[in-house]
Amino acid sequence: MTTNEEFRVLSPTAILGYGFPESSFKRGIERKPHLIAVDAGSTDPGPYYLGAGKAFTDRAFVKRDLRYMIKEGVRLGIPVVVGTAGGSGASVHLEWCRTIIEEIAQEEKLSFKMGVIPSDVDKQAVKKALREGRISPLACVHELTEGLIDETTYLVAQIGIEPIIEALQAGCNVVLAGRCYDPAVFAALPVMQGYDEGLALHMGKILECAAIAATPGSGADCALGILKKDSFILEALNPKRRFTCESAAAHTLYEKSDPYHLPGPGGSINLEDCSFTDAGDGRVEVKGSRHEKTPRYLIKLEGARPIGYRSISIAGTRDPIMIAGIDKIIDEVKQQISDMSGENDRSQQLFFHVYGKNGVMGPLEPLTQTASHELCIVIEALCPTQEQADTLCSVARSTLLHYGYEGRISTAGNLAFPFSPSDIKMGQVFEFSIYHLMDPGDEKLFATHIENYQDGRKA
Amino acid sequence: MKRNILEAAKVIRSKNAGPFELTFDIMFKNREFYEQFKSQKIINEKMIAGILKISESDILSLIWFAPANAVKITIKRPMPSGAPGETDIYGAQQHAPLLAIEF
Repeated sequence: MTTNEEFRVLSPTAILGYGFPESSFKRGIERKPHLIAVDAGSTDPGPYYLGAGKAFTDRAFVKRDLRYMIKEGVRLGIPVVVGTAGGSGASVHLEWCRTIIEEIAQEEKLSFKMGVIPSDVDKQAVKKALREGRISPLACVHELTEGLIDETTYLVAQIGIEPIIEALQAGCNVVLAGRCYDPAVFAALPVMQGYDEGLALHMGKILECAAIAATPGSGADCALGILKKDSFILEALNPKRRFTCESAAAHTLYEKSDPYHLPGPGGSINLEDCSFTDAGDGRVEVKGSRHEKTPRYLIKLEGARPIGYRSISIAGTRDPIMIAGIDKIIDEVKQQISDMSGENDRSQQLFFHVYGKNGVMGPLEPLTQTASHELCIVIEALCPTQEQADTLCSVARSTLLHYGYEGRISTAGNLAFPFSPSDIKMGQVFEFSIYHLMDPGDEKLFATHIENYQDGRKA
Repeated sequence: MKRNILEAAKVIRSKNAGPFELTFDIMFKNREFYEQFKSQKIINEKMIAGILKISESDILSLIWFAPANAVKITIKRPMPSGAPGETDIYGAQQHAPLLAIEF
């Protein structure tokens, strides 16, 4: 590689399905990128999506985003890499996204080779690793047990750049990966071509949120990363936005616990000597990011397990006497329901989210007295079965509606319901059951399945 | 006379750092405020624990980050994201108590 060489990466959007302006994408294509890459997921929307095998993004918009990327990528011979397919990256999410690409291939009559990389990890392999002491919890995470592994519906690992490089080396124009370390989709191809891994991963860490790291920030706009031998440059693709040293540095803080050390599969990015300088025209140059390998190549496992079913009811109150006594009223209602059910069944949980008082922060809310003239109360019942949740929610709703609290002058009903029916079945509820590091030892866990498309038809 | 932190900071935010940790960022308006808060230890573990009503041992780290004129405080999440009783899945609305910091 000479010092003049550069590798341009187009990141169309922060999460596949969030969308982007066509004009920004076109500007990105005019910059002749060597790679189009996108991160399609996150654990942020909570455990449901992984546990239930559902996408948290909308299918129509995921297809819309992918159509631009794949059509242009195939037409111009630019590799397209998509990570954390379907939002959580388990086999069911991967298949959901693969089907969308298959449809696009057919509709646009495209010819290309696609590598699909599942990132599910076999439960028996995880149990074996647990018995052999090759599993450790991440900070603040419970110890793993074989029981938790058994109850987990989907169990994935965050893959690093290596399986993606393998797929690219096999000549794939499109790579669709399961759960993936976010920067890996951006870094794999340049690292394969000899660019510095620390710079490539740090650039990927910023590009995975696309224009969120620019100012004004947006999760639905494109960004360009230009990787060089000793630095990388960030460039916005919408004249309304620009990168500043501040916006890029601020983004380095985002969603992580330590801004100087960003851990990933097999190592971490060290930013202790990292500098951000203004490169003019709304561009920022970043230098000094280093990749440090860990002694063992550890991968992060993620899993979720079902813990019951939920029903909710949404209501409001405008009564000043009720509002003043709301904590006591809710305590008394809880007690009355527990007395009625005859036993203190700890598997049946009832929560009152009181918006206007402490609905957002719960017990951590520092203000104890509400100044609001009205409150929204969300009654939440969480039980082993949907029927039990429906029953508990219904009883809690009717009890609170007619509860004769102390000092009441409004005796016709305590709640205002915006909807009929007032109660909503929320379905199955999940929690994160696995968030641990695993030393896979010598086992090769991830392999690429190759599909060939000829004029839209799968060969 | 005490001044409110908003005179010195332009960003105060909270967010999940993974499902088991919650992280707070305070970005100062300029390097002078950053240095003042850092050298005088105006933001420290004891004060943060008091404001957030958590135990000091639940603060995992408090790191000063000069490139962004920022201090980052990461705590053990009150409960894992999405656990029973959850009020804020993304953890993006837990920053308000920090707006009351004075210096």
